[in-house]
Amino acid sequence: MELSVQSLQEKYTSKEISTVDCIKDVFQTIRDKDSHLKAFLALNEAASLKEAERIDQKRAKGQSLGKLAGVPIAIKDNLMTIGMPTTCSSKILEGYMSPYNATVVEKLKAEDAIIIGKTNLDEFAMGSSTENSAFGASRNPWDITRAPGGSSGGSAVAVAGDEVVLGLGSDTGGSIRQPASFCGVVGMKPTYGRVSRYGLVAFASSLDQIGPFSKNVRDAALLLEVISGKDPMDATSVDKEPPLYTNAIEKGVKGVKIGVPKEYFIEGVDPEVKKSIKDTIDVYEKLGAHMSEITLPHTEYCIAVYYIIATAEASSNLARYDGVEYGYRASGKLGLKDMYKETRGQGFGPEVKRRILLGTYALSSGYYDAYYLKAQKARTLIKQDFDKAFEAVDLVLTPTSPTTAFRLGEKTDDPLNMYLSDVFTISANLAGLPGISLPCGFDKSGLPVGLQLLGRAFEESAVLEAAHAYEQATDHHKQKPKFETESSA
Amino acid sequence: MPLSKKDIEYTSTLAHVQLSEKEKTLYLGQLESILKYIEKLNELDTTNVLPMDHVLDLENVFRKDEIKPSVNRDQVLNQAPKQQDGFFLVPPVIE
Repeated sequence: MELSVQSLQEKYTSKEISTVDCIKDVFQTIRDKDSHLKAFLALNEAASLKEAERIDQKRAKGQSLGKLAGVPIAIKDNLMTIGMPTTCSSKILEGYMSPYNATVVEKLKAEDAIIIGKTNLDEFAMGSSTENSAFGASRNPWDITRAPGGSSGGSAVAVAGDEVVLGLGSDTGGSIRQPASFCGVVGMKPTYGRVSRYGLVAFASSLDQIGPFSKNVRDAALLLEVISGKDPMDATSVDKEPPLYTNAIEKGVKGVKIGVPKEYFIEGVDPEVKKSIKDTIDVYEKLGAHMSEITLPHTEYCIAVYYIIATAEASSNLARYDGVEYGYRASGKLGLKDMYKETRGQGFGPEVKRRILLGTYALSSGYYDAYYLKAQKARTLIKQDFDKAFEAVDLVLTPTSPTTAFRLGEKTDDPLNMYLSDVFTISANLAGLPGISLPCGFDKSGLPVGLQLLGRAFEESAVLEAAHAYEQATDHHKQKPKFETESSA
Repeated sequence: MPLSKKDIEYTSTLAHVQLSEKEKTLYLGQLESILKYIEKLNELDTTNVLPMDHVLDLENVFRKDEIKPSVNRDQVLNQAPKQQDGFFLVPPVIE
Protein backbone atom coordinates (compact mmCIF):
# COMPACT_ATOMS: atom_id res chain seq x y z
CA MET A 1 0.00 0.00 0.00
CA GLU A 2 2.06 2.86 -1.34
CA LEU A 3 -0.74 5.36 -0.86
CA SER A 4 -1.05 8.15 1.65
CA VAL A 5 -4.29 8.58 3.60
CA GLN A 6 -5.48 11.30 1.27
CA SER A 7 -4.86 9.38 -1.96
CA LEU A 8 -6.39 6.21 -0.53
CA GLN A 9 -9.50 8.09 0.53
CA GLU A 10 -9.80 9.65 -2.93
CA LYS A 11 -9.82 6.15 -4.39
CA TYR A 12 -12.52 5.12 -1.93
CA THR A 13 -14.67 8.14 -2.73
CA SER A 14 -14.36 7.65 -6.49
CA LYS A 15 -15.18 3.94 -5.96
CA GLU A 16 -11.97 2.96 -7.74
CA ILE A 17 -11.36 0.53 -4.91
CA SER A 18 -13.48 -0.91 -2.10
CA THR A 19 -12.30 -1.13 1.50
CA VAL A 20 -12.50 -4.93 1.34
CA ASP A 21 -10.25 -5.00 -1.75
CA CYS A 22 -7.81 -2.64 -0.12
CA ILE A 23 -7.58 -4.69 3.07
CA LYS A 24 -7.23 -7.96 1.11
CA ASP A 25 -4.42 -6.32 -0.79
CA VAL A 26 -2.76 -5.21 2.46
CA PHE A 27 -2.68 -8.77 3.84
CA GLN A 28 -1.40 -10.14 0.52
CA THR A 29 1.41 -7.57 0.60
CA ILE A 30 2.24 -8.52 4.18
CA ARG A 31 2.35 -12.20 3.21
CA ASP A 32 4.75 -11.32 0.37
CA LYS A 33 7.01 -8.94 2.25
CA ASP A 34 6.96 -9.68 5.93
CA SER A 35 9.07 -12.82 5.78
CA HIS A 36 11.88 -10.40 4.78
CA LEU A 37 10.91 -7.38 6.87
CA LYS A 38 9.57 -9.04 10.03
CA ALA A 39 7.58 -5.98 11.04
CA PHE A 40 4.58 -7.84 12.47
CA LEU A 41 4.16 -10.05 15.52
CA ALA A 42 0.42 -10.64 15.10
CA LEU A 43 -2.11 -10.06 12.33
CA ASN A 44 -5.78 -9.24 12.63
CA GLU A 45 -6.98 -10.51 9.25
CA ALA A 46 -10.47 -11.87 9.91
CA ALA A 47 -11.56 -8.94 12.06
CA SER A 48 -10.03 -6.43 9.62
CA LEU A 49 -11.96 -7.85 6.67
CA LYS A 50 -15.20 -7.80 8.66
CA GLU A 51 -14.50 -4.19 9.60
CA ALA A 52 -13.80 -3.36 5.94
CA GLU A 53 -17.16 -4.86 4.93
CA ARG A 54 -18.90 -2.77 7.57
CA ILE A 55 -17.25 0.39 6.24
CA ASP A 56 -18.14 -0.45 2.63
CA GLN A 57 -21.77 -0.93 3.67
CA LYS A 58 -21.78 2.38 5.52
CA ARG A 59 -20.31 4.08 2.47
CA ALA A 60 -22.86 2.45 0.14
CA LYS A 61 -25.68 3.70 2.35
CA GLY A 62 -24.23 7.18 2.33
CA GLN A 63 -23.69 7.18 6.12
CA SER A 64 -21.05 9.45 7.58
CA LEU A 65 -17.60 7.92 7.95
CA GLY A 66 -14.70 8.61 10.31
CA LYS A 67 -11.58 10.59 9.45
CA LEU A 68 -9.59 7.40 8.93
CA ALA A 69 -12.29 5.33 7.27
CA GLY A 70 -10.75 2.20 5.78
CA VAL A 71 -7.18 3.28 6.46
CA PRO A 72 -4.91 0.32 7.37
CA ILE A 73 -2.81 1.01 10.45
CA ALA A 74 -0.17 -1.01 12.34
CA ILE A 75 0.04 -0.79 16.14
CA LYS A 76 3.18 -1.19 18.24
CA ASP A 77 2.85 -4.25 20.41
CA ASN A 78 3.07 -2.37 23.70
CA LEU A 79 -0.42 -0.94 23.13
CA MET A 80 -3.35 -2.92 24.49
CA THR A 81 -5.72 -4.41 21.93
CA ILE A 82 -8.71 -6.66 22.51
CA GLY A 83 -8.59 -9.74 20.30
CA MET A 84 -4.84 -9.73 19.62
CA PRO A 85 -1.97 -10.58 21.96
CA THR A 86 -0.02 -7.73 23.57
CA THR A 87 3.49 -9.02 24.25
CA CYS A 88 5.87 -6.03 24.36
CA SER A 89 8.17 -8.43 22.46
CA SER A 90 8.83 -10.14 25.79
CA LYS A 91 8.74 -13.77 26.78
CA ILE A 92 7.25 -12.65 30.09
CA LEU A 93 4.06 -11.48 28.30
CA GLU A 94 3.97 -14.06 25.51
CA GLY A 95 0.35 -14.81 24.61
CA TYR A 96 -1.08 -12.13 26.92
CA MET A 97 -4.57 -11.04 25.84
CA SER A 98 -5.57 -7.65 27.16
CA PRO A 99 -9.15 -7.35 28.42
CA TYR A 100 -9.34 -3.74 27.20
CA ASN A 101 -8.21 -1.45 24.39
CA ALA A 102 -5.77 1.42 24.81
CA THR A 103 -7.50 4.80 24.51
CA VAL A 104 -5.63 5.50 21.24
CA VAL A 105 -6.95 2.21 19.83
CA GLU A 106 -10.52 3.17 20.80
CA LYS A 107 -10.01 6.54 19.11
CA LEU A 108 -8.78 4.90 15.91
CA LYS A 109 -11.77 2.57 15.86
CA ALA A 110 -14.12 5.50 16.41
CA GLU A 111 -12.69 7.06 13.22
CA ASP A 112 -13.14 3.79 11.29
CA ALA A 113 -9.42 3.00 10.93
CA ILE A 114 -8.58 -0.66 10.34
CA ILE A 115 -6.15 -2.22 12.77
CA ILE A 116 -4.08 -4.61 10.71
CA GLY A 117 -1.80 -6.07 13.35
CA LYS A 118 0.75 -5.62 16.12
CA THR A 119 4.32 -4.68 15.35
CA ASN A 120 7.70 -5.68 16.68
CA LEU A 121 9.70 -3.60 19.18
CA ASP A 122 12.69 -3.83 21.45
CA GLU A 123 11.50 -5.71 24.54
CA PHE A 124 9.39 -3.29 26.63
CA ALA A 125 10.51 -0.51 24.24
CA MET A 126 14.06 -0.70 25.60
CA GLY A 127 16.45 -0.35 22.71
CA SER A 128 17.31 1.45 19.50
CA SER A 129 17.25 -1.33 16.89
CA THR A 130 14.46 -3.90 17.63
CA GLU A 131 17.26 -6.40 18.18
CA ASN A 132 16.18 -6.70 21.82
CA SER A 133 12.87 -8.29 20.75
CA ALA A 134 12.40 -11.81 22.16
CA PHE A 135 10.88 -12.70 18.77
CA GLY A 136 13.74 -11.61 16.48
CA ALA A 137 14.77 -8.31 14.90
CA SER A 138 12.87 -6.40 12.21
CA ARG A 139 14.73 -5.45 9.01
CA ASN A 140 15.27 -2.06 7.45
CA PRO A 141 13.46 -1.98 4.07
CA TRP A 142 16.28 0.13 2.56
CA ASP A 143 18.81 -2.62 3.32
CA ILE A 144 17.62 -5.73 5.10
CA THR A 145 21.06 -6.32 6.64
CA ARG A 146 20.57 -3.11 8.60
CA ALA A 147 18.59 -2.25 11.73
CA PRO A 148 15.34 -0.33 11.30
CA GLY A 149 16.06 1.58 14.50
CA GLY A 150 13.97 1.26 17.60
CA SER A 151 12.26 0.73 19.73
CA SER A 152 9.19 1.21 17.48
CA GLY A 153 11.05 -0.45 14.59
CA GLY A 154 8.18 -2.69 13.50
CA SER A 155 5.74 0.18 12.94
CA ALA A 156 8.41 2.19 11.08
CA VAL A 157 9.16 -0.79 8.82
CA ALA A 158 5.48 -1.53 8.16
CA VAL A 159 4.98 2.07 6.94
CA ALA A 160 8.32 2.38 5.09
CA GLY A 161 7.88 -1.03 3.44
CA ASP A 162 4.40 -0.03 2.22
CA GLU A 163 2.72 -2.83 4.14
CA VAL A 164 0.32 -0.31 5.71
CA VAL A 165 -0.50 3.41 5.42
CA LEU A 166 -0.10 4.50 9.05
CA GLY A 167 1.54 3.24 12.22
CA LEU A 168 1.52 3.99 15.93
CA GLY A 169 4.59 3.87 18.12
CA SER A 170 5.73 5.09 21.50
CA ASP A 171 8.67 7.37 22.19
CA THR A 172 10.52 7.43 25.52
CA GLY A 173 13.93 8.61 24.32
CA GLY A 174 13.54 8.68 20.55
CA SER A 175 11.72 5.40 19.89
CA ILE A 176 9.49 6.93 17.20
CA ARG A 177 11.82 9.53 15.70
CA GLN A 178 14.99 7.43 15.40
CA PRO A 179 13.34 4.50 13.54
CA ALA A 180 11.45 7.02 11.36
CA SER A 181 14.83 8.52 10.47
CA PHE A 182 16.45 5.13 9.76
CA CYS A 183 13.50 3.97 7.63
CA GLY A 184 12.86 7.23 5.74
CA VAL A 185 9.35 7.97 7.00
CA VAL A 186 7.69 10.64 9.14
CA GLY A 187 7.51 9.99 12.89
CA MET A 188 6.32 12.31 15.60
CA LYS A 189 6.52 12.46 19.38
CA PRO A 190 3.83 14.81 20.68
CA THR A 191 4.19 17.01 23.77
CA TYR A 192 4.16 15.10 27.04
CA GLY A 193 0.49 15.07 28.08
CA ARG A 194 -0.96 15.55 24.59
CA VAL A 195 -1.95 11.91 24.00
CA SER A 196 -3.48 9.56 26.57
CA ARG A 197 -1.21 6.71 27.60
CA TYR A 198 -4.04 4.59 29.01
CA GLY A 199 -3.33 1.12 27.69
CA LEU A 200 0.29 1.82 26.78
CA VAL A 201 2.49 -0.59 28.73
CA ALA A 202 4.52 1.73 30.96
CA PHE A 203 8.30 1.94 30.55
CA ALA A 204 9.33 5.35 31.96
CA SER A 205 6.19 7.23 32.93
CA SER A 206 7.67 10.73 33.04
CA LEU A 207 8.92 10.34 29.44
CA ASP A 208 6.62 7.99 27.47
CA GLN A 209 4.38 9.41 24.70
CA ILE A 210 2.43 7.72 21.90
CA GLY A 211 2.76 9.14 18.39
CA PRO A 212 2.25 8.60 14.65
CA PHE A 213 4.27 7.10 11.79
CA SER A 214 3.26 8.08 8.25
CA LYS A 215 4.46 8.55 4.69
CA ASN A 216 4.01 12.31 4.78
CA VAL A 217 3.53 15.18 7.21
CA ARG A 218 -0.16 15.70 6.44
CA ASP A 219 -0.93 12.12 7.48
CA ALA A 220 1.04 12.55 10.70
CA ALA A 221 -1.00 15.68 11.43
CA LEU A 222 -4.23 13.80 10.76
CA LEU A 223 -3.32 10.82 12.94
CA LEU A 224 -2.17 13.11 15.75
CA GLU A 225 -5.47 14.96 15.51
CA VAL A 226 -7.32 11.67 15.99
CA ILE A 227 -5.34 10.40 19.00
CA SER A 228 -4.86 13.67 20.93
CA GLY A 229 -6.86 14.97 23.84
CA LYS A 230 -7.68 14.70 27.52
CA ASP A 231 -8.63 11.26 28.79
CA PRO A 232 -10.08 10.72 32.29
CA MET A 233 -8.22 7.37 32.33
CA ASP A 234 -4.80 9.07 32.16
CA ALA A 235 -4.26 11.74 34.81
CA THR A 236 -1.19 13.03 32.95
CA SER A 237 -3.14 13.80 29.78
CA VAL A 238 -3.65 17.52 29.60
CA ASP A 239 -6.97 19.30 29.35
CA LYS A 240 -6.16 21.42 26.30
CA GLU A 241 -8.33 21.21 23.22
CA PRO A 242 -6.00 19.94 20.46
CA PRO A 243 -6.20 22.08 17.32
CA LEU A 244 -7.12 20.63 13.94
CA TYR A 245 -3.52 20.07 12.90
CA THR A 246 -4.39 19.37 9.28
CA ASN A 247 -5.86 22.88 8.94
CA ALA A 248 -2.67 24.45 10.23
CA ILE A 249 0.00 22.81 8.11
CA GLU A 250 -0.29 25.01 5.00
CA LYS A 251 0.94 28.14 6.78
CA GLY A 252 4.54 27.90 5.60
CA VAL A 253 7.70 29.05 7.35
CA LYS A 254 8.11 32.61 6.14
CA GLY A 255 9.50 34.63 9.03
CA VAL A 256 9.64 31.60 11.34
CA LYS A 257 12.75 31.62 13.54
CA ILE A 258 14.59 28.31 13.52
CA GLY A 259 17.59 27.69 15.74
CA VAL A 260 20.32 25.17 15.04
CA PRO A 261 22.10 24.14 18.26
CA LYS A 262 25.85 24.04 17.85
CA GLU A 263 26.12 21.17 20.37
CA TYR A 264 24.41 18.85 17.87
CA PHE A 265 27.26 18.93 15.37
CA ILE A 266 29.77 17.15 17.52
CA GLU A 267 32.36 14.53 16.76
CA GLY A 268 30.69 11.24 15.85
CA VAL A 269 28.11 12.81 13.57
CA ASP A 270 28.44 11.24 10.14
CA PRO A 271 29.75 13.81 7.59
CA GLU A 272 27.00 12.80 5.17
CA VAL A 273 24.36 13.45 7.84
CA LYS A 274 25.96 16.86 8.44
CA LYS A 275 25.85 17.57 4.72
CA SER A 276 22.13 16.69 4.46
CA ILE A 277 21.33 18.91 7.43
CA LYS A 278 23.33 21.76 5.91
CA ASP A 279 21.35 21.39 2.67
CA THR A 280 18.16 21.37 4.72
CA ILE A 281 19.13 24.64 6.37
CA ASP A 282 19.60 26.13 2.88
CA VAL A 283 16.12 24.97 1.88
CA TYR A 284 14.59 26.62 4.94
CA GLU A 285 16.43 29.86 4.20
CA LYS A 286 15.06 29.83 0.66
CA LEU A 287 11.59 29.26 2.09
CA GLY A 288 11.95 32.45 4.12
CA ALA A 289 12.74 31.08 7.58
CA HIS A 290 15.25 32.95 9.76
CA MET A 291 18.00 30.50 10.61
CA SER A 292 20.37 31.10 13.50
CA GLU A 293 22.88 29.22 15.60
CA ILE A 294 21.76 28.66 19.18
CA THR A 295 23.21 26.92 22.21
CA LEU A 296 21.80 24.15 24.38
CA PRO A 297 24.75 23.91 26.74
CA HIS A 298 23.66 20.84 28.73
CA THR A 299 23.17 18.62 25.67
CA GLU A 300 26.17 16.45 26.54
CA TYR A 301 24.50 15.39 29.82
CA CYS A 302 21.23 14.19 28.26
CA ILE A 303 22.18 10.54 27.86
CA ALA A 304 23.52 10.22 31.41
CA VAL A 305 20.36 11.84 32.82
CA TYR A 306 18.13 9.68 30.66
CA TYR A 307 19.74 6.38 31.56
CA ILE A 308 19.25 7.10 35.26
CA ILE A 309 15.70 8.45 35.10
CA ALA A 310 14.38 6.02 32.50
CA THR A 311 15.89 2.96 34.19
CA ALA A 312 14.79 4.07 37.67
CA GLU A 313 11.21 4.47 36.46
CA ALA A 314 11.41 1.20 34.51
CA SER A 315 12.64 -0.73 37.55
CA SER A 316 9.51 0.41 39.36
CA ASN A 317 7.07 -0.01 36.45
CA LEU A 318 8.30 -3.51 35.61
CA ALA A 319 7.93 -4.75 39.19
CA ARG A 320 4.43 -5.89 38.22
CA TYR A 321 5.72 -8.77 36.10
CA ASP A 322 6.00 -11.33 38.86
CA GLY A 323 4.23 -14.40 37.49
CA VAL A 324 1.05 -13.87 39.50
CA GLU A 325 -1.59 -11.96 37.55
CA TYR A 326 -0.57 -12.54 33.93
CA GLY A 327 2.16 -13.76 31.66
CA TYR A 328 4.93 -16.24 32.27
CA ARG A 329 5.57 -18.05 35.55
CA ALA A 330 8.67 -20.15 36.21
CA SER A 331 7.82 -23.79 36.84
CA GLY A 332 9.11 -26.00 39.63
CA LYS A 333 8.49 -26.26 43.34
CA LEU A 334 9.40 -22.74 44.34
CA GLY A 335 8.51 -20.59 47.33
CA LEU A 336 6.92 -17.20 46.63
CA LYS A 337 10.11 -15.13 46.55
CA ASP A 338 12.02 -17.67 44.49
CA MET A 339 9.07 -17.89 42.11
CA TYR A 340 9.29 -14.12 41.59
CA LYS A 341 13.03 -14.20 41.06
CA GLU A 342 13.04 -17.19 38.71
CA THR A 343 10.06 -15.87 36.73
CA ARG A 344 11.77 -12.53 36.17
CA GLY A 345 15.21 -14.03 35.61
CA GLN A 346 13.84 -16.36 32.92
CA GLY A 347 11.13 -14.09 31.49
CA PHE A 348 13.08 -10.87 30.87
CA GLY A 349 15.72 -10.54 28.16
CA PRO A 350 19.26 -9.19 28.72
CA GLU A 351 18.60 -5.48 28.03
CA VAL A 352 15.54 -5.37 30.28
CA LYS A 353 17.46 -7.06 33.10
CA ARG A 354 20.36 -4.66 32.58
CA ARG A 355 18.05 -1.66 32.88
CA ILE A 356 16.14 -3.02 35.87
CA LEU A 357 19.47 -3.56 37.64
CA LEU A 358 20.75 -0.11 36.74
CA GLY A 359 17.51 1.57 37.84
CA THR A 360 17.30 -0.42 41.05
CA TYR A 361 20.92 0.45 41.84
CA ALA A 362 20.35 4.16 41.13
CA LEU A 363 17.38 4.21 43.51
CA SER A 364 18.93 2.06 46.25
CA SER A 365 19.82 3.35 49.67
CA GLY A 366 23.11 5.24 49.66
CA TYR A 367 23.07 5.95 45.91
CA TYR A 368 19.77 7.79 45.48
CA ASP A 369 21.23 11.27 45.98
CA ALA A 370 24.30 10.62 43.87
CA TYR A 371 22.41 9.25 40.90
CA TYR A 372 18.65 9.77 40.84
CA LEU A 373 18.45 13.15 42.59
CA LYS A 374 21.46 14.43 40.66
CA ALA A 375 19.83 13.36 37.40
CA GLN A 376 16.56 15.09 38.30
CA LYS A 377 18.48 18.30 38.95
CA ALA A 378 20.37 18.00 35.68
CA ARG A 379 17.02 17.41 33.97
CA THR A 380 15.92 20.83 35.25
CA LEU A 381 19.00 22.38 33.62
CA ILE A 382 18.25 20.65 30.31
CA LYS A 383 14.67 21.94 30.37
CA GLN A 384 15.93 25.45 31.17
CA ASP A 385 18.21 25.31 28.12
CA PHE A 386 15.14 24.87 25.94
CA ASP A 387 13.09 27.50 27.80
CA LYS A 388 15.87 29.96 27.09
CA ALA A 389 16.31 28.90 23.47
CA PHE A 390 12.57 29.25 22.79
CA GLU A 391 12.68 32.86 23.92
CA ALA A 392 14.76 33.56 20.82
CA VAL A 393 13.54 30.99 18.28
CA ASP A 394 10.27 29.24 17.39
CA LEU A 395 11.74 25.87 16.47
CA VAL A 396 14.95 23.90 16.91
CA LEU A 397 16.41 21.96 13.97
CA THR A 398 18.83 19.04 14.42
CA PRO A 399 19.74 15.72 12.83
CA THR A 400 17.46 13.00 14.26
CA SER A 401 20.35 10.59 14.67
CA PRO A 402 24.13 11.01 14.32
CA THR A 403 24.26 8.23 11.70
CA THR A 404 22.09 6.48 9.16
CA ALA A 405 20.91 2.91 9.87
CA PHE A 406 23.65 0.74 11.37
CA ARG A 407 24.12 -2.93 10.60
CA LEU A 408 22.20 -5.58 12.53
CA GLY A 409 24.53 -6.93 15.21
CA GLU A 410 26.89 -3.95 15.00
CA LYS A 411 26.08 -2.57 18.45
CA THR A 412 24.47 -5.44 20.32
CA ASP A 413 27.58 -6.28 22.39
CA ASP A 414 28.14 -2.72 23.51
CA PRO A 415 25.07 -1.32 25.31
CA LEU A 416 26.64 2.07 25.99
CA ASN A 417 27.45 2.55 22.31
CA MET A 418 23.83 1.61 21.48
CA TYR A 419 22.59 4.18 24.02
CA LEU A 420 24.67 6.90 22.34
CA SER A 421 22.64 6.55 19.13
CA ASP A 422 19.79 8.31 20.99
CA VAL A 423 21.93 11.38 21.69
CA PHE A 424 19.78 13.85 19.70
CA THR A 425 16.30 12.55 20.50
CA ILE A 426 16.45 12.16 24.29
CA SER A 427 16.36 15.88 25.12
CA ALA A 428 12.79 16.30 23.81
CA ASN A 429 11.57 13.59 26.19
CA LEU A 430 13.47 15.03 29.16
CA ALA A 431 12.01 18.48 28.44
CA GLY A 432 8.56 17.14 27.44
CA LEU A 433 8.61 18.84 24.03
CA PRO A 434 7.04 17.85 20.69
CA GLY A 435 9.41 16.61 17.99
CA ILE A 436 9.16 15.23 14.49
CA SER A 437 11.55 13.34 12.23
CA LEU A 438 11.18 13.47 8.46
CA PRO A 439 13.38 12.40 5.55
CA CYS A 440 15.90 15.03 4.43
CA GLY A 441 18.28 13.15 2.14
CA PHE A 442 20.23 9.97 1.55
CA ASP A 443 23.80 8.92 2.22
CA LYS A 444 26.12 7.36 -0.39
CA SER A 445 24.77 3.87 0.34
CA GLY A 446 21.25 5.11 -0.34
CA LEU A 447 20.15 5.09 3.31
CA PRO A 448 17.74 7.80 4.49
CA VAL A 449 18.85 10.70 6.69
CA GLY A 450 16.36 12.21 9.15
CA LEU A 451 15.76 15.82 10.08
CA GLN A 452 14.42 16.57 13.55
CA LEU A 453 12.33 19.63 14.40
CA LEU A 454 11.49 20.41 18.03
CA GLY A 455 8.92 22.93 19.18
CA ARG A 456 7.58 24.57 22.33
CA ALA A 457 5.33 22.46 24.53
CA PHE A 458 1.84 22.06 22.97
CA GLU A 459 2.93 23.80 19.77
CA GLU A 460 2.79 20.72 17.55
CA SER A 461 1.16 22.90 14.88
CA ALA A 462 4.32 24.95 14.44
CA VAL A 463 6.41 21.78 14.14
CA LEU A 464 4.04 20.30 11.56
CA GLU A 465 3.86 23.54 9.56
CA ALA A 466 7.62 23.73 9.21
CA ALA A 467 7.91 20.03 8.43
CA HIS A 468 5.19 20.28 5.77
CA ALA A 469 6.79 23.33 4.17
CA TYR A 470 10.10 21.45 3.83
CA GLU A 471 8.39 18.36 2.47
CA GLN A 472 6.55 20.41 -0.16
CA ALA A 473 9.86 21.89 -1.30
CA THR A 474 11.69 18.55 -1.59
CA ASP A 475 10.98 15.02 -2.78
CA HIS A 476 12.93 12.83 -0.34
CA HIS A 477 9.67 11.46 1.07
CA LYS A 478 8.69 10.19 -2.38
CA GLN A 479 11.69 7.85 -2.63
CA LYS A 480 10.81 4.22 -2.02
CA PRO A 481 13.02 1.36 -0.78
CA LYS A 482 13.73 -1.39 -3.28
CA PHE A 483 14.46 -4.21 -0.89
CA GLU A 484 12.61 -6.85 -2.94
CA THR A 485 14.96 -6.68 -5.89
CA GLU A 486 17.95 -6.73 -3.54
CA SER A 487 16.77 -9.76 -1.60
CA SER A 488 15.91 -11.70 -4.77
CA ALA A 489 19.21 -10.79 -6.44
CA MET B 1 33.13 4.09 42.67
CA PRO B 2 34.04 0.58 41.51
CA LEU B 3 31.17 -1.91 41.44
CA SER B 4 31.61 -5.34 43.01
CA LYS B 5 29.96 -8.66 42.37
CA LYS B 6 28.33 -8.24 45.79
CA ASP B 7 26.65 -5.03 44.58
CA ILE B 8 25.23 -6.89 41.60
CA GLU B 9 23.97 -9.70 43.82
CA TYR B 10 22.42 -7.27 46.30
CA THR B 11 20.78 -5.26 43.51
CA SER B 12 19.40 -8.39 41.85
CA THR B 13 17.90 -9.42 45.21
CA LEU B 14 16.24 -6.01 45.56
CA ALA B 15 14.95 -6.25 41.98
CA HIS B 16 13.78 -9.88 42.37
CA VAL B 17 15.73 -10.98 39.32
CA GLN B 18 17.62 -14.27 39.44
CA LEU B 19 20.99 -14.05 37.67
CA SER B 20 23.34 -16.81 36.59
CA GLU B 21 27.06 -16.54 37.43
CA LYS B 22 27.72 -15.69 33.78
CA GLU B 23 25.15 -12.89 33.86
CA LYS B 24 26.62 -11.48 37.06
CA THR B 25 30.03 -11.16 35.43
CA LEU B 26 28.56 -9.71 32.24
CA TYR B 27 26.40 -7.12 34.01
CA LEU B 28 29.18 -6.19 36.42
CA GLY B 29 31.38 -5.09 33.52
CA GLN B 30 28.58 -3.41 31.57
CA LEU B 31 27.06 -1.55 34.51
CA GLU B 32 30.49 -0.40 35.59
CA SER B 33 31.14 1.24 32.22
CA ILE B 34 27.64 2.78 32.14
CA LEU B 35 28.03 4.17 35.69
CA LYS B 36 31.42 5.52 34.77
CA TYR B 37 29.84 7.36 31.84
CA ILE B 38 27.07 8.67 34.13
CA GLU B 39 29.65 10.14 36.52
CA LYS B 40 29.91 12.88 33.92
CA LEU B 41 27.02 14.49 35.80
CA ASN B 42 29.40 15.30 38.66
CA GLU B 43 30.89 18.01 36.45
CA LEU B 44 27.63 19.93 36.93
CA ASP B 45 27.12 22.30 39.81
CA THR B 46 23.54 21.65 40.89
CA THR B 47 23.68 23.30 44.32
CA ASN B 48 20.75 25.66 43.80
CA VAL B 49 18.86 23.62 41.21
CA LEU B 50 15.50 22.10 42.04
CA PRO B 51 14.99 18.48 40.97
CA MET B 52 12.37 17.87 38.29
CA ASP B 53 10.09 14.87 38.68
CA HIS B 54 7.68 15.89 35.98
CA VAL B 55 7.64 18.33 33.07
CA LEU B 56 4.01 19.32 33.56
CA ASP B 57 2.88 21.58 36.38
CA LEU B 58 0.11 19.23 37.32
CA GLU B 59 -1.67 19.63 40.63
CA ASN B 60 -3.75 16.82 42.05
CA VAL B 61 -6.05 15.51 39.35
CA PHE B 62 -9.46 14.74 40.82
CA ARG B 63 -12.50 13.12 39.33
CA LYS B 64 -15.99 12.41 40.60
CA ASP B 65 -16.27 9.19 42.56
CA GLU B 66 -18.78 7.53 40.29
CA ILE B 67 -19.43 3.82 39.94
CA LYS B 68 -18.52 2.57 36.48
CA PRO B 69 -18.32 -0.93 35.08
CA SER B 70 -14.87 -2.51 35.32
CA VAL B 71 -13.38 -5.29 33.24
CA ASN B 72 -14.84 -8.74 33.57
CA ARG B 73 -13.26 -10.72 36.43
CA ASP B 74 -13.05 -14.06 34.60
CA GLN B 75 -11.40 -12.42 31.63
CA VAL B 76 -8.73 -11.00 33.92
CA LEU B 77 -8.26 -14.22 35.85
CA ASN B 78 -7.95 -16.21 32.63
CA GLN B 79 -4.67 -14.38 31.95
CA ALA B 80 -3.17 -15.65 35.22
CA PRO B 81 -0.70 -18.53 35.11
CA LYS B 82 -2.66 -20.18 37.94
CA GLN B 83 -6.09 -19.47 39.43
CA GLN B 84 -8.51 -21.18 41.78
CA ASP B 85 -12.02 -20.33 43.00
CA GLY B 86 -11.92 -16.84 41.56
CA PHE B 87 -8.50 -15.97 43.00
CA PHE B 88 -4.93 -15.78 41.76
CA LEU B 89 -3.05 -18.83 43.00
CA VAL B 90 0.47 -18.29 44.37
CA PRO B 91 2.98 -20.45 46.27
CA PRO B 92 2.67 -20.36 50.09
CA VAL B 93 3.42 -16.84 51.32
CA ILE B 94 4.48 -17.98 54.80
CA GLU B 95 7.09 -20.67 54.59
